[in-house]
Amino acid sequence: MRYMLLIWGHGSDVDGATEAEPQISAGGLEDGEPCWAPWAREMQARGVILHDGAQLLGPEAATTVRSSGPEVLVADGPFAETKEQIAGYDVIECADLDEAIYAASRHPVALKGGAVEVRPLATT
Amino acid sequence: MPTNQGPPADVEAAVADAFRQEWGRVVATLIRMTGDWDLAEECAQDAFTTALARWGSDGIPDRPGAWLTTTARNRALDRLRRSKTEAVKLQEVAALSVPDEPPARLDDSGVTDDRLRLIFTCCHPALTLEARVALTLRTLAGLTTPEIARAFLVPEATMAKRLTRAKHKIRDAGIPYRVPPAHLLPERTIGVLAVLYLLFNEGYSASAGDDLLRPDLSAEAIRLSRLLANLMPDEPEAIGLLALMLLQNARSAARLDDDGELVNLEDQDRSRWDQAAISEGRNLLEAALRRQQAGPYQIQAAIAACHADAQLAADTDWAEIALLYQQLGRLIPSAVIELNRAVAIAMSEGPAAGLAVVDEIESGGELTDYYLLPATRADLLRRMHLNEEAATSYRRALELAGTGPERRYLSRRLAEVGGL
Repeated sequence: MRYMLLIWGHGSDVDGATEAEPQISAGGLEDGEPCWAPWAREMQARGVILHDGAQLLGPEAATTVRSSGPEVLVADGPFAETKEQIAGYDVIECADLDEAIYAASRHPVALKGGAVEVRPLATT
Repeated sequence: MPTNQGPPADVEAAVADAFRQEWGRVVATLIRMTGDWDLAEECAQDAFTTALARWGSDGIPDRPGAWLTTTARNRALDRLRRSKTEAVKLQEVAALSVPDEPPARLDDSGVTDDRLRLIFTCCHPALTLEARVALTLRTLAGLTTPEIARAFLVPEATMAKRLTRAKHKIRDAGIPYRVPPAHLLPERTIGVLAVLYLLFNEGYSASAGDDLLRPDLSAEAIRLSRLLANLMPDEPEAIGLLALMLLQNARSAARLDDDGELVNLEDQDRSRWDQAAISEGRNLLEAALRRQQAGPYQIQAAIAACHADAQLAADTDWAEIALLYQQLGRLIPSAVIELNRAVAIAMSEGPAAGLAVVDEIESGGELTDYYLLPATRADLLRRMHLNEEAATSYRRALELAGTGPERRYLSRRLAEVGGL
C-alpha cells in the first residue's frame, strides 16, 4: 500500500531536524548529507519504497486559495493557523499499516518531537 | 429464520451452543479467506440460519464448527461468484476454492488460530478504544449491534456507525490481519489485555438489574479472556488476567445489598462468594506465577487472591497485600497504587504508618483533586482519635467527591467525628 506521511512539527522541531544530528538516526550521517538520509537508507533496507518527499518552507511562505464561488479568494498564510504545521511529506510504499507506523516512528522529525500523520493514498 | 413451526428444541439448543462456541472461529476464518469483514459476518450468520433449518433433518454434525465454516465459506464463494464483475473478485474466488481447514489453536504445528489474528486486529492501536471494544464484542464474541449498543448505553445507530467506521479503517488504512511479529507482540498483547479488562470493568461497575436486556459484559470478558489464555498458553499475563477476573467476579453476588447499594469488601457476606471461581482463579494464578514473569495482572490477581483467602475480613493478610502493591507500583508507578499501599500498611502496621505514606503522596503533589486522598487521610486520623483533624479532611473529601454512596459514607463519618 501507498501512504503519505504528513510531517507535523513546530518550527524548532523541523529546524533542528535539518541540522546534522547523527545520533538520532540509524546509520549515522555522512558528510554533507541531509538529516533524512540515514532514515531513507534504513527504510530501503527494510523494503519500504520511498516514492517522493520533501521538506516544505514555513507557513509564512504559504498562500491559501479558494475558488468555489464566482471569484478566486487568495489569502496569506496556511489553511489552519495551528501551533503545529505541516513541515514536509513523504510518500512511501510498504506492506501494511504496521510497517508505515514503523517508518513514521523512525522519521527524523518524529524523533525530534514532531508528529507524523499516516494517510493511505486512495487507489483508483 | 426458517419454517412455520420452527426447529425442534434439541436442534435449537445445539445451534445456540455452536453459536457460543464457534461464531468467532467461523468469522475469523472467513475474514482471512475473503478479507471482507462484512461479508464474513453475513455469511457466518447465514451458516447458523442454515444450521437451524438443516440439522433437524440431516442430523447434528459431529464437528459443528467445521460444518459451519464450510457452509459459510460456500456461501461466500456463491456471493463472490455472483458479483464477479471485477477481476479482483475472481482472484478471491480462486483463492477461496482451495480447501483449507485451519486447526483449532496455535499448536505444535505452528499454525495460528484465526481467532488470535482476529483479536489482535480488533485491538489494533490505530483504532479508537471504543471501536476496539465494540469490534471485539461483535466479531469475536458474536454480540449483535443492538446488544452492544445497550451494553454501552448508546443509540443503536451510533454503535452501528462506530462498527462500520472501524471496519472501513481496517480495510482502508491497511491494518494487517495477523498476530503481530515478535518485536511488536509484547506491546500489542498489553493492548489486547487492556481491552478485555476494560470490558470486564464496564460490566462489573454497571449496577445489576437496571436493564435486564443489558448483556453481561463481565461474563463476555471472562469468556474472551479464557479464549485468549488458551490461544496464548505461554503468556502468563493472559492467564493472570483471567485469574484476576475470576477472583473479582467471584464476589459479585455479595457486592450489592438488597437496596442495590455497593457493599464494601470489608462488610461483604463472604459465604456468598463463589468458591468454585475462586479456586479456579487461584489455580490459574499459581500456574502463571510459576513462570517467574510477574506482570501487573498477575500481581492484581494475587491481591484479589489474598482477599479471597480470608474467611473473615479481619483475617486478611494486609502485610502481603502491602508488599504486592509495592511490587505493582514498581511496574506501574502510580499515586493511586501508592494510596492503596498506604491503606494496606495502615491495616497491617497501624494508622500512623499508613499516614506516613499518605504524607509522601501529598508532598509529591499528586492526586490533589482525588477525593480518596483526603478521605483516606480522614479515616486514618479518625482511627487515631484525632477527630478535629479527621473532620477537616472529611470536609475536604466531601468538596471533591461526586454524588451517591461515597458522599453518604463521608457525611456519616464526618458526623461520627463530631464535625456536623
